[in-house]
Amino acid sequence: MQLTYTDKQTAFRAEARAWLEANVPSKPLASYDTREGFEEHRAWERKLYDSRWSMVMWPEHLGGRGCDLIEWLIFEEEYYAVNAPMRVNQNGQLLLGPTLMEFGTEAQKQHFLPRIASSEDMWAQGWSEPNAGSDMAAIRSKAVRDGDHYVVSGQKTWSTRASFADWTFGLFRSEPNSQRHHGLTYLMVPLNSPGVTIRPIKALNGKEAFAEIFFDEVRVPVENRIGAEGQGWNVAMATAGFERGLLLRSPARFQHTAKRLIELFKANPEVAARDPGLRDAVVESWMGAQAYAYSSYHTVGLVQKGGKVGAEASVNKIVWSELDLKMHETAMRILGARGELRGSAPEAVDGGSWLEGFLFAQAGPIYAGTNEIQRNIIAERMLGLPKA
Amino acid sequence: MDFTFTEDQLAFREAISRFLMTEAPPETLREIWETEDGRSPEMRRKMAEQGLTALSVPEAQGGLGMDDVAWSLLTQELGYYAIADSMADTAYVATGLLTALPESTDLRDELLARIVDGDVRIAVGHPVNPLVADVHLADVVLQAHQDEIHALKREHVSFERNPSIDSSRRLSRVSFQPSDATRLVGAEQGSAIWDQTLNRGALAVAGQSLGLAQRMLDLSVDYAVQRKQFGKAIGSFQAVKHKLADVAGKIEFAKPVLYRAAHALANNEPTAALNVSHAKLACCEAAWVAARHGIQVHGAMGYTWEVDLQMFMKRAWALDSSWGDRAFHTSRVAEAVLAADAPIGPHHSFGATHA
Repeated sequence: MQLTYTDKQTAFRAEARAWLEANVPSKPLASYDTREGFEEHRAWERKLYDSRWSMVMWPEHLGGRGCDLIEWLIFEEEYYAVNAPMRVNQNGQLLLGPTLMEFGTEAQKQHFLPRIASSEDMWAQGWSEPNAGSDMAAIRSKAVRDGDHYVVSGQKTWSTRASFADWTFGLFRSEPNSQRHHGLTYLMVPLNSPGVTIRPIKALNGKEAFAEIFFDEVRVPVENRIGAEGQGWNVAMATAGFERGLLLRSPARFQHTAKRLIELFKANPEVAARDPGLRDAVVESWMGAQAYAYSSYHTVGLVQKGGKVGAEASVNKIVWSELDLKMHETAMRILGARGELRGSAPEAVDGGSWLEGFLFAQAGPIYAGTNEIQRNIIAERMLGLPKA
Repeated sequence: MDFTFTEDQLAFREAISRFLMTEAPPETLREIWETEDGRSPEMRRKMAEQGLTALSVPEAQGGLGMDDVAWSLLTQELGYYAIADSMADTAYVATGLLTALPESTDLRDELLARIVDGDVRIAVGHPVNPLVADVHLADVVLQAHQDEIHALKREHVSFERNPSIDSSRRLSRVSFQPSDATRLVGAEQGSAIWDQTLNRGALAVAGQSLGLAQRMLDLSVDYAVQRKQFGKAIGSFQAVKHKLADVAGKIEFAKPVLYRAAHALANNEPTAALNVSHAKLACCEAAWVAARHGIQVHGAMGYTWEVDLQMFMKRAWALDSSWGDRAFHTSRVAEAVLAADAPIGPHHSFGATHA
């Protein structure tokens, strides 16, 4: 156990910090759940990419820096420490990117990955369907092979920022009478294809955070398939692992929020007298964020020694989603009557960011696989309890 | 940066685990705990033969010189097998205290050598603990008088036993007459050593609580697989699964907190007290939840003396407030992180040197 950084890691941190401090937008960008904010975020992502800070772990020929996991954690720490904008293309960068690296053809990698890293292509995920959320094997959207195309029909839903995105990826049933996870094919579909209709769904904050995507005989070239025909489930399961595991929510994000929460608590000393339990809630938030950081470093160490992240990814997902809720609930308690104010309100605290975060945190235990499903995974795969 | 254990550390843990699995099964512990003294000289001798008592004694005194990081693994095994307080107190906590004394201190090297041989039991009377464990069989009691450190033979202290709900615990109220003859070091030197001893005691409890949590989880999983209701193993019911999954999550996330604290203590990092209190809270919370969900999963059997769960559950409840209760440790964390210049935020997981 050696809990100090190497000179190389320290130099990397300094380089990241210097660039971020010089380049981070001086004002918060507009919400990426609006068209205007989406484009502002795209421009920021482009700036990151141009200096190879977009996907630091990707190899250099794809626009990355070939960093290892420790350097990635360091970069994330610096990124959140300067309050840099939330990453807008996570679906492309954290879900599709690793999937293409593992299962994509050379041509697919060469074409798509740099465009993902630069956010030239923005991606929406097409996993869920109206009757296939947690039960993803119940997918009904069809892909019928027709020569060198698939003809896609059906409906996807809960696609984050699909109203603004350029592409979607997801699973489609390519064998007409196949059951469950058999006969599914993984396809990438341009959202400007003829036959695609997008209906925005407003989130709790009133913004078009996600959408339904309707496919009406959309022609998708066969070269947009990832993995073999009918083998989409295996490809998707690997992607789901990426989503819940380490990479989707780096600990620095929560450490940064915990720090802001402590500052908020200290700036409002009168509430501690009104609600004596608040001090403990603030302290627990800090402890939770630290525990997540230690756990991440511990896991990274194991991975670097050749270990694999298994059902522990499910523990991670539960932890970060519940921690995010706890921190924002605590902030709302501190804010009291000011908590309900929207960002546009003259008396809103911190530009209404705690309310926005509180609303978003409500989704955490639902997306990326509900926490109920994660608990089943832990019980069955980690603890060996029998299936129902 | 490498937040993992060496092969040697893991192998040692494994060896200790295998040894205790054979030597300290629940039926043996029950028999021992039902005796007047509640302790088995034979089991103690075997543990000393395994080298357990010699682990953290410096090499100069014939020990293995293992640090807090190694003990963060070994205390989990002591917890998993519910080994009585005197082992951790003598081999880890008292050994650390004695090692921290100036080398010229009376009794220091003599006691360290006897710890290696396994022929001395030491009880530690830290002011944070109102009652002292295992005084009734201790050869030597290390007691605080204000910040001074005193060493007393058992004959020279008077003690009144206070039975605990945890059958493994043997607690006493201790009183003694401090004198020049009993004083090892004065308040000036003693103060820092008592602080460090508190951290080590709390870390020992944290590790044991994590081991207890794991044991209760394993017992509960076994029970949930075997016990059938409505024609199915109860472990197939989602309500049961989710309780046990939560316990697994608590354990999983308390571990690295424990390891972080052990590293801080071993390296005298400025945040050691904060890290230790965090570890104590996280590990005891895991044990508390493991007990709460464990008894529920065991159904009515969980409320009996008959199933083994009770042995570990009661120990978890007892240790929760040993070496500083929750209020104590929460306040220590609060004081540290709410301080005006507290080093907090994404840079500060491993000290402030790079921030």
